[in-house]
Amino acid sequence: MSSDTPHGKPALELRDVSKQFGAFQALNGVCLRVEPGDSVLLYGPNGAGKTTLLRVLSTLARPSEGRVLYDGADVHANPAAAKAAIGFVSHTTFLYGELTARENLDFAGKLFGLGNLPQRIVSVLEIFHLRQRAETPVRELSRGYQQRVSLARAFLHDPQFLLLDEPFTGLDAASTESLQVLMQCLRAQGKALIFSTHDYEQGKAIARRLVAMEGGKVRYDGPIDSAPQIGVRS
Amino acid sequence: MRTLRVISAIFLKDLRVEWRHRETLASMCIFGLLVVFLFNFAFEPAREESLRLLPGLLWIAFAFAGVLGFNRSFAAERENAGLEGMRLAPVDPGAIYLGKMLANLFFMGIAEVVVVFAASLWYNFSFIPSLGWFALATFCCTLGYVAIGTTFGAVASNTRMREVMLPVLQFPVAVPIFIAGVESTAGALKGDPIGDYSYWIKLAAGFSIIFVVLSYLLFEYVLEE
Repeated sequence: MSSDTPHGKPALELRDVSKQFGAFQALNGVCLRVEPGDSVLLYGPNGAGKTTLLRVLSTLARPSEGRVLYDGADVHANPAAAKAAIGFVSHTTFLYGELTARENLDFAGKLFGLGNLPQRIVSVLEIFHLRQRAETPVRELSRGYQQRVSLARAFLHDPQFLLLDEPFTGLDAASTESLQVLMQCLRAQGKALIFSTHDYEQGKAIARRLVAMEGGKVRYDGPIDSAPQIGVRS
Repeated sequence: MRTLRVISAIFLKDLRVEWRHRETLASMCIFGLLVVFLFNFAFEPAREESLRLLPGLLWIAFAFAGVLGFNRSFAAERENAGLEGMRLAPVDPGAIYLGKMLANLFFMGIAEVVVVFAASLWYNFSFIPSLGWFALATFCCTLGYVAIGTTFGAVASNTRMREVMLPVLQFPVAVPIFIAGVESTAGALKGDPIGDYSYWIKLAAGFSIIFVVLSYLLFEYVLEE
C-alpha cells in the first residue's frame, strides 16, 4: 500500500506510534501524516514528546509500537529511501569540532553519496551565509554559526522533509530572521517542514498546521489559524 | 563500492580529527611507554629475564593503551552526537563499524610500534631477528582486540561509567586474544620454529575473523538507542 499524496509525492507517516523509555511513555498512539509542502509546528510543554516524535520520524529512534512509513513502506525495513528524503536538525549539531564547516559538510556529503559535492557545498555555504567561516573549525564558531552549519548539513542532500528540533535556539535576532525567511522559502519550494519551538508566534509565522502535544499524545492537529487557545500554553 | 567510500570517509575523518587534536595517539603512546618503563624500573630484568617478561609486558601495555584509544575514539563521536549524524545517512551500520575499526587499528598500530621500540631500548633486546613472525602474530591479535574494542567502545560510550565499563566488558571477551598474543609473541621472540607457535597465530586469526564479522553484523543494534 502506498502513502502517496494526491500529487504523487511520497508522504511521511506515523501510525499508532508509541515510544517507551523504561516506565516513561514518551509517545502514546501518535498518528501523523506529513506531505510535501506541509509546514507543521510541533508545540507543547517540556516532556510533551516533541523531540521523541522528531527522532522517530528521522529514523534515529525505533518506535516501541506502531509503524513509521515513508512512501508507504516501513522506514526501518527500507531505511535508505527514507533517510535520503529526510534532513534532521537536532539539539546536538552532529558536527565535529576539530573539522572546519566545509570538512563537516564534505564528510556528510560522502556519507550520503552525493555527486557534484564541491558545488553543493559551495551552494549551501552561500545559502546559510557561511562562506566567510567555511575554513574555521566548528569548535571556534559561535553557537549561532554552529547552528547554521548544522542546518547546512541537514540541507546538503536536498531532503524533501526537514525536521527541525527547536532550530531557533542560540540564534541571534538577525540569524533567527534569516532562518525564518529560509524556512518560508523552503515551504514555497514544496519541502515539508516539521519543527518544534517554544515561541508560538515565531512558529505561527512559518507554519500552516499545528500539532499540539501533551503527555506523549497529539491534542490537536489542524490548521494553525483555527487552533483556539493552544498557543498560549507552553 | 559505495560501502568502501563510506568506510574510507569515516577512516579519513577520524585521522583528520586526530591530527587536529592529537589526544588519542598521545595518550595511548604515553601510557604504553609508562607501562614499559615501570616494569623495567620494578624488575630490572637481565636479558634472559627480559625474554620471559617481554611478551606479557607488551600485551599489558597494548591492552591498556587500547582501552584509552577506544574510549577517546568514541568521546569525539559523543561530543556532538557524531554517531547519530552518521546514522541519519543511508549507510550500512557495518560500514560505520569498519571505518571506526580501521582508524582504531591504525592508531593502535602506531602505539604498538612506539611501545616495541621503547621496550627494545629499555630492555636491551633486539626485535630485528624475529620481526616478521612477531609482526604477524601481533597483527593477528591486535586485529581481534581492536575489533571487539571498537564494538564495546561504542556500547560503553552510551553508559554513564564508560571509562570503567569498557575494560569490564572487553577484557573477559578478549582473553583468548591475550593468551594467543602472549604465547605467539613469546615463541617469535625466542626464535622458536614457527611450527611450535603457529597454532596460537591461527587461533588469534580465527578469533579476529569471528570478532570482525560478528561486530559488523551486530553494530546496527549497538548504534540503536
